[in-house]
Amino acid sequence: MSRLGHFGGLGHFSYLAVLLGCLVATAPLEILLRTRVYARPRRLLLSVAPVLVVFVGWDLYAIARGHWAFDPRRTTGVLLPGGLPLDEVLFFVVVPVCAVLALEAVRAVTGWQAGDERAGAEQVDGEQVDGERAGDRPADGARGPG
Amino acid sequence: MSYTALAVVGVVVSVLLDLRILRTRLLTRRLFWTAYAIIVFFQLVTNGILTGFDIVVYDPDAIAGPRLVFAPVEDLLFGFALVTQTLVWWVWWGLRHGNE
Repeated sequence: MSRLGHFGGLGHFSYLAVLLGCLVATAPLEILLRTRVYARPRRLLLSVAPVLVVFVGWDLYAIARGHWAFDPRRTTGVLLPGGLPLDEVLFFVVVPVCAVLALEAVRAVTGWQAGDERAGAEQVDGEQVDGERAGDRPADGARGPG
Repeated sequence: MSYTALAVVGVVVSVLLDLRILRTRLLTRRLFWTAYAIIVFFQLVTNGILTGFDIVVYDPDAIAGPRLVFAPVEDLLFGFALVTQTLVWWVWWGLRHGNE
């Protein structure tokens, strides 16, 4: 019996349910505050990937050393090499995505800068990002320094 | 290394990534700390569920001992490292690719 008792009969989907809750709770930010996080999938992928590598490495070490363990009754049971549950890998995707959504939500509401606003003029190697065009970016007026 | 030692290393690496390696200096901005204050509240909620329901369990020998909402205090440092590194990369890629 855990400190909080049983987790509502979700069984193997307990961990996934927590992650799904995070995604559902933050999704409205993308629509209501136009955070444009999911709308920039390339940048999002490039931001999550290095963090995923580092923290999966940390996790594998921690599992190998027995720092923590996962209840097989409350996780999917899908284990990747090193005994890493699939649930845990998804954690390292979901939490970073939610964190970026939070940052962009605060930026949208306050107009405070993150330091990347001046980047508009700095195209690297003339590289253009697919998708969005200037006219498709209604949030810009509320965000940049002007 | 214990979880405690690794968690401290994680925070130091995150700070160095922001201030020295990528030089995004996000940690100097109120935008970051305001967002982090919101994030850390929800981290305590979700982490409290994961640890309170024993979805994740910790070896008492790997942690210092004190707990916050069921989770070892080390999780706060772990979460700070995870969130900070993500946001630093997000801003860094934004700088490189015209905020896109």
